[in-house]
Amino acid sequence: MTPLLQVENIAKMYGARIGCTDVSFDLYPGEVMGIVGESGSGKSTLLNCLAGHLTPDSGAVRFDTRAEGLRDTVTMSEPERRMLGRTDWAFVHQHARDGLRMNVSAGGNVGERLMAVNARHYGEIRGKAIDWLGRVEISEDRIDDRPTAFSGGMQQRLQIARNLVTGPRLVFMDEPTGGLDVSVQARLLDLLRGLVREMGLSAIIVTHDLAVVRLLADRLMVMKDGHVIEAGLTDQVLDDPQHAYTQLLVSSVLQV
Amino acid sequence: MSDYNFAYLDEQTKRMIRRAILKGLAIPGYQVPFASREMPMPYGWGTGGVQVSAAVLTPDDTFKVIDQGADDTTNAVSIRRFFQKTAGVAVTEETGEASVIQTRHRIPEAALREDQILVYQVPIPEPLRFLEPSEVETRKMHSLEEYGLMHVKLYEDISQHGAIATSYAYPVKVEGRYVMDPSPIPKFDNPKLEMAGIQLFGAGREQRIYAVPPWTRVVSLDFEDYPFEATKADHACDLCGAEDSYLDELIVDDAGGRMFMCSDTNYCATRRKAGHVGAQGVPYAEDAA
Repeated sequence: MTPLLQVENIAKMYGARIGCTDVSFDLYPGEVMGIVGESGSGKSTLLNCLAGHLTPDSGAVRFDTRAEGLRDTVTMSEPERRMLGRTDWAFVHQHARDGLRMNVSAGGNVGERLMAVNARHYGEIRGKAIDWLGRVEISEDRIDDRPTAFSGGMQQRLQIARNLVTGPRLVFMDEPTGGLDVSVQARLLDLLRGLVREMGLSAIIVTHDLAVVRLLADRLMVMKDGHVIEAGLTDQVLDDPQHAYTQLLVSSVLQV
Repeated sequence: MSDYNFAYLDEQTKRMIRRAILKGLAIPGYQVPFASREMPMPYGWGTGGVQVSAAVLTPDDTFKVIDQGADDTTNAVSIRRFFQKTAGVAVTEETGEASVIQTRHRIPEAALREDQILVYQVPIPEPLRFLEPSEVETRKMHSLEEYGLMHVKLYEDISQHGAIATSYAYPVKVEGRYVMDPSPIPKFDNPKLEMAGIQLFGAGREQRIYAVPPWTRVVSLDFEDYPFEATKADHACDLCGAEDSYLDELIVDDAGGRMFMCSDTNYCATRRKAGHVGAQGVPYAEDAA
C-alpha cells in the first residue's frame, strides 16, 4: 500500500534557531496522526512545512496525487501546490477568523472552494453548502448570515465545512479545538471523529491537548525543541511513555 | 500653445506611457504598472485617462470627452479644454467624428470604428480589490488564474438580492485569461466591450494601464443558472424616444414627476436632429440646447 503522505527528513531553521529538524514519517490513507508538544516545540512549523505554507530548508514531502502518484510537494510548481491546497488538501486554522472570510456569508464561505474549482451553477453550489452546513450542525436558515454573527464554536464548524466541501483526502488541523470551552470542544471532537471516519479522511492534527489526540489520533508524535522524541500508537505512547519529557507531559494532565 | 510641450506631458513621459500601453495591448486585460505623473487636476478626476490621452494624441486627432455619457458636464468640459489649450487639437461632440474619445463611466451608444480609440478613466483597476485587500495576493491570483473569489461576490449578490445585483463595474474575463474591471460603466455597456475600436484604461492614482485590443473576446462573468443580463431602465428616452439606449432618470419636481433621457447626450441630440421626438420632448431647434 502506498502511503498518502511520505515525509522525509524535513528541516526548517529560523536563522540559527531550529524550527523543526529531522522529521520523517509515513501517513497511510484513513490514518489520523497527532503531533503534540509544548509551545515552541516546532509542531506548527512542521505542519506549515507539510501544508506548503512554509518552504522547508531540506527534506521531501511526497503526496500521493490522484493523477501522477507520489510527487514531492516541496519542489512542485506553486500553481500545482495551490491547486492541491484547494482540492485534495484542507487546512483548519486554530482561529476560525484566519480560515474564513468574515465579510462573506456562511454559504459563500462554503461555496468558495467549489467556485475555485470551477463550479458555475448557483443552485448546485447552494445545495452543497446547505448539505454541508447540516453536516456540521449549523441550521439552514443561518446560510446567509456572516460568520461575524456566529459563536466561536459555530465559526470553527463552519471552517470545517468550508474545508471539507471539495472532498479532500488529507486535512491539516492546527489546534482545532483551541479557545473553545469544554462542552463545545467535546461536540466538535465528536463531529470531527464522525466526519473523519465517515469520509475515510487522513488527518494530521497539531495540538497541545492530549485528550484531543487520545480521541482522534491513531498514531502520535511527541515533539520537543524541534525534534521528534517519541512516536508510536496513541494509546501506547500515552499509557506507556518512554521518554522523560513524554512522561512529564502525560503526568501534567489535570485529573478531575 | 507654445508655453506647453504638445499635450502637456514631456516626450520621455509619453514614451514611458506608450510602452505601458503597448504592453497592455499585447496582454489583453493585464494591468501594467506605470510611473503615473502629477497632473494639474485632483485624483479621481481622470488623471489616468488624461495621461493615456496625452500619450496617444497626435496633432491631427479630433478629441471628444464624455462624462457619464454627457459632453457638457464639468469633468468633460475641463478635460476637453485642457487638451485644446495644451495640444491645440480639434475637439468635437460628435462620436463619429472623434478619433480619440476619453470617457468616464460610459461607452458611447454609436458603435466605434477601427480608427477610433476609447480611453477610460479608471478609479480602481483591481477587480478583486474589495474581496482581497492585499496587492501581493491579488497579483498572485491573476498570475495563477485563481478567480474563484470573483464568483463568491456574484454568489453573495444572488443570495442577498435574488439576482446578480452588481450593476456597474461588472467583472469580465478578457480573451479567456485575465479578469478585468471594465471601470464603472453600467453593465448595459458590457456587451459593447467587444468592439472595433482600441480600448485603453488608465488609472492615475493606482498607477496602472490596461487595454483591450479590437475584436477581443470579452465575457461577463455569471452563473449557468443566473446568466449575465445587460439591464437598463424599462423606458424609452423622453426626449428622443430611443428604446435601445442607456437612460438617466431625472427628478423634475417635488410631486414625484420624473423623466428618463439618454445618458449619451450626443446620441440623443443626433436622433432629435433626425426628427425623433420622445414623450416629453420638443422638436429639435438649433439654439435650444
